[in-house]
Parts: sequence; structure tokens; C-alpha cells
Amino acid sequence: MIILNARATDNAALNESVRAAKDGCEIIGCIGERFIGAGLSDRTISIKGIPGNALGAYLNGAKIIVDGNAQDAVGDTMNAGEIVVRGNTGDAAGYAMRGGKIYVRGNAGYRTGIHMKEYGSRFPVIVIGGRCGSFLGEYQAGGLIVVLGLHDDGKRIVGNFPCAGMHGGKVLLRGNADGVVFPDKVTARPATAEDMAPATGYINEFCAAFGIDENEVLRSPFTVVTPDSANPYKRMYVEN
Amino acid sequence: MIRKEGQVRIPSGCAVSAVISREKNLMSGEKIVASMVPMHERSNGLGGGFAAYGIYPDMAEFYAFHMFFDDRESQKECEAYLKEGFEIVRAEPIPVRKIPAITDEPIIFRYFLSPLRSRIADAQVDEREFVARATMHINVFIKGAYVVSGGKNTGVFKAVGFPEDVGEFYRLDEYSAYCWTAHGRYPTNTPGWWGGAHPFGLLDYTVVHNGEISSYDANRRNVEAYGYKCTLQTDTEVFTYIADYLLRRKKLTLEETANVIAAPFWSTIESKPAEERERLTYLRNVFSGFLVTGPFSIILGFEGGLMALNDRLKLRSMVVAEKDDKVFIASEEAAIRVLEPDAVNVRAPEGGEPVIVRVKED
Repeated sequence: MIILNARATDNAALNESVRAAKDGCEIIGCIGERFIGAGLSDRTISIKGIPGNALGAYLNGAKIIVDGNAQDAVGDTMNAGEIVVRGNTGDAAGYAMRGGKIYVRGNAGYRTGIHMKEYGSRFPVIVIGGRCGSFLGEYQAGGLIVVLGLHDDGKRIVGNFPCAGMHGGKVLLRGNADGVVFPDKVTARPATAEDMAPATGYINEFCAAFGIDENEVLRSPFTVVTPDSANPYKRMYVEN
Repeated sequence: MIRKEGQVRIPSGCAVSAVISREKNLMSGEKIVASMVPMHERSNGLGGGFAAYGIYPDMAEFYAFHMFFDDRESQKECEAYLKEGFEIVRAEPIPVRKIPAITDEPIIFRYFLSPLRSRIADAQVDEREFVARATMHINVFIKGAYVVSGGKNTGVFKAVGFPEDVGEFYRLDEYSAYCWTAHGRYPTNTPGWWGGAHPFGLLDYTVVHNGEISSYDANRRNVEAYGYKCTLQTDTEVFTYIADYLLRRKKLTLEETANVIAAPFWSTIESKPAEERERLTYLRNVFSGFLVTGPFSIILGFEGGLMALNDRLKLRSMVVAEKDDKVFIASEEAAIRVLEPDAVNVRAPEGGEPVIVRVKED
């Protein structure tokens, strides 16, 4: 695999080299270079350092592995592929994502999964190991967001206003979502085996990626959040 | 000729960065300038600037006025005005390094000022109010003269250009400060000009800001009712006056000031314990005109510390980290890694959650 040193180049040149590395590459010394892997398919890109904003934007099948933290808008509008972040992500991870998977071992910032959507065979999935900031799954229209709450700083699993404007898809929060206030246009209730079934494969894969005991994770109850079909946001957005 | 909002629309960006030593250890300006490099794309070359605290230890008892003048006439008029109220202890051009990236500079001067006791007594105000009023008078009434900053042992260095170039222009590697804040500008609604670059300063308060103030006109009308005048054609200016009004004149704490500027939603306030609910309700009601809406991340510098704050919806990014005696704040973690590759406790504060750092007392 080719090794690219980000320090020796600029954003555009680095991305040009990443595009040219058709068999994949490892980027070292990353310090805020933007749009890494944008639109790429069929390769693995591993990153050491801090990749810049819009990592894997429009990703179309490639796999990106980040050794540490990532910044804002990870996987912005991604279409397919996989982004694995061993640290934390900034705000708006998975912004308008419409396919593929984002796995974050640590915590995620505000607006994770905002405007996420699914269509036909495209089904986007985000799994966050720790906790999320406010506005998780804001305006969510499809796909699956799972938050495992494996953080240890004592903070709530999600911030304020989770699932505001949600009109499709599903959010699973590990535990009873104590102290979390949901808007009245979504339903939050204990997850059944049926709710969990489509998610367990992703949770197992997440745990395998980071060396976490999946039985321990799945032993806990989960809370499932879906749009309230009797009082939907849907009417506000899509039924004119 | 720079086209203004309405003629052209530019998507928002801006970058902020800061470092402060709790132990008041001095740092050269080299690193803060370098920290702006990974965030280059957040600026567009229409403004960059830095605030530095602790840079004039030998002149620490005097107010350091950094000034821009359009021409010699405005400088003469301003100096005549200053002499009426101050002893000018020293006046000199701020040293600059001429580089191709920075052009069309105004006359850039600094004055170390000692306010005249008799004039303060005549005005029946305290010393800081006297200096603040003089600042306002110059900005409003002396055409072509602008007070860039006016605190003790502190100074703002700003220009039209990219922040890296602005740092080189002002030779910031030659200054040592215990606190630096920095800004790269991407003006969205207002022209890019020297006076409109960040930081904005009044007394020792300086503000760098990424975002735009949706409530600007309500905030402007409100501060103008208390004697401030917004003259610099940029929304950020109003933050500086709000901070001065709430902190210096109303003697609010930094935490209270943050609770006013980025007041929690009523629904969030309702969920708080009774005493906290009452406190937040009081602040929102009494100082409603100082609630700032719209996206922002700001760093407010002052003598002895700084406060970083996001809008309550957190529509702009901000990352905080630490290492030993130092605290780092920036729009992006990459900038912090330039300041300190081994920084720890990297975290993103919540919307409306102030990050307050104070240095040790002398």
C-alpha cells in the first residue's frame, strides 16, 4: 500500500494522490486536510493524524479508517462504503447520508445523522460507541442510528432535542434513555426483539471492529425512537 | 472595490484559534499564527487578526491604543483630541514588515496613554468609563480614525489579508504574550476592510467571532441605548459592547454573561432545578435585548483570562484542549494540534456552555 505524507503537500494535491492510489493508501501526518476520499470507491484509505472537515464526502464504496479523531461533517452525503473512526467525530457526522456505514468508537458531536435518508436498496447506518450531542437524527428521513453509550464521563447518552423533525428511519439508544426529552412528534419506547433484529448485525460488526464484547453490549435494554404515525412531522414536510 | 452583501453572496466560514497560559508563561506569536494555516480555507483573505495579552510589560500601567488612520489629517485631529484628556506617554508607528500579500494599509500607530486625573474628575466617571467614552468618541466623531484596541498591556493586530500573512506583517514572532487569540475572516454580509477585521477591542475586551448574528439590529439598538455606537460595519462589533456593558458596567459574572448572550431555550430552563430556573429566567427577562441568536463561536479575551462560547444551537464548531498550564481553543482540532501535538482532554463544549479560563493572579 502506498504511504502518503500529508505534511508534505496541500489539500488538493493530497486528494489528487489519494485518487490516483487505486489500490488504497495510508495517509500519515494528517492535519486538517479536507475532503479526503471524497466520492471514491473500491479501495481502503487509512489515516493517521486529524483529517479535516468533510472526510469521505459523497463516498461511493471506499472504506476509510481513522486512527484518532475526525472533525466536522464526516461522510457528508455519502452514498456507499464505510467510515471507521477510532476516536470522536465533530458535528454533523453522516449529514444527509444516503447509504453506507459510519462507525465511531468514541463520542459524536451535534446533529449526527441530520437529514439521513434511505431509498430502495440504499440503507445508511451510523453506530456511535459513546454519546452524542444535541439534535441527534434531526430531520431523519430513513436509515438507522445506534448510540451505545459506552462513554464513561457520566454525561447523558444524547443532548437536547434528539430526533427533532424526524419523519422516517429509526434511532436506537442503549439503555432506558433516562432524562432524555423527545419531541412530541416521535415515539420512544423500550425496543423489542423485533426492533433489535435489523440492528444486531451492525452492532456485532461495530464491536468486532473495535474489540468490544458484543454480548455485553446487547445484554442491555435499548430504547427505540421512530416517528409518531398518529402525529407525524411527515405531514409538515412531505404531504402538501 | 469590494462588492457588498446583496451584490454578492459568499458562504460563511471564518476560523478562530486561541492559546492561554494559566501560569502567565509568555509565548511568542509564531505558533498562534501557524495554527491558522490548517484552517486556511475558512478565510478568504479579506481579514485576519490577533489579540495579545501581556505584550507591553514595561508600559503596563498605560492604556495601549492601537489606532488606524485614513490619513495625516485624521491622525492630527485624533492626537489633538487625545491630548485634551490624556498624557501621551509614547506615540510610535507599530512596526510592520512590508510583504506583497498585505497592501493598502492605513497609518498604523500606537499610543501609550495616561488619562488626566482632572479630566476624569470633571467627567465624574471612573477611569475605565472615561477611556471607553474616549474610544467611542474617536470612532464616532473623528473621521478616518479607528481605535483598534485600547487595553493595558494588550493589543490587537489586524489587517485585510490571510491570518498567516497578517501575522508576518505585524512581526508577531517578536511579541511575547500569555494569551493569544486569532481570527481568519470570510466576510459574508459586510465589506472586508481593515477596521472590519477581527478582533474587535474596547478597553481590554477583545472578541473574535465565527458566525453571523441574526439578532444584530436588535442587539445594536439595545447597546446604542447605553451609549455605544456601532461604527465598524460588522456584526461582531456588537459582541464587544455587550461584553463591556454586562461585565464592566452591570458587573455580571462571565457565567451570567454567557447565560444572557446564549440564553438556554425556555423549555431547557423549565427542566432545571428551581433555583437555577429562577436565575436563568431572571437573566433572560432583564437582559432580553442582549440575547444573541444565529450561529456563532466567539472567544472573548480580557486582562487575566478568556471565555469561549458557542451559540445555544451550536451552529459553529469549537474544540477545546489542554496541556500542562495551557488551554487551547480553535474552530478545528487540527489547529490545536499545531499549537500542541500532545494536547489532552480534547472536547467540544456544548452550545451555550462557556469555557472560562483565568490566569493566576500576579
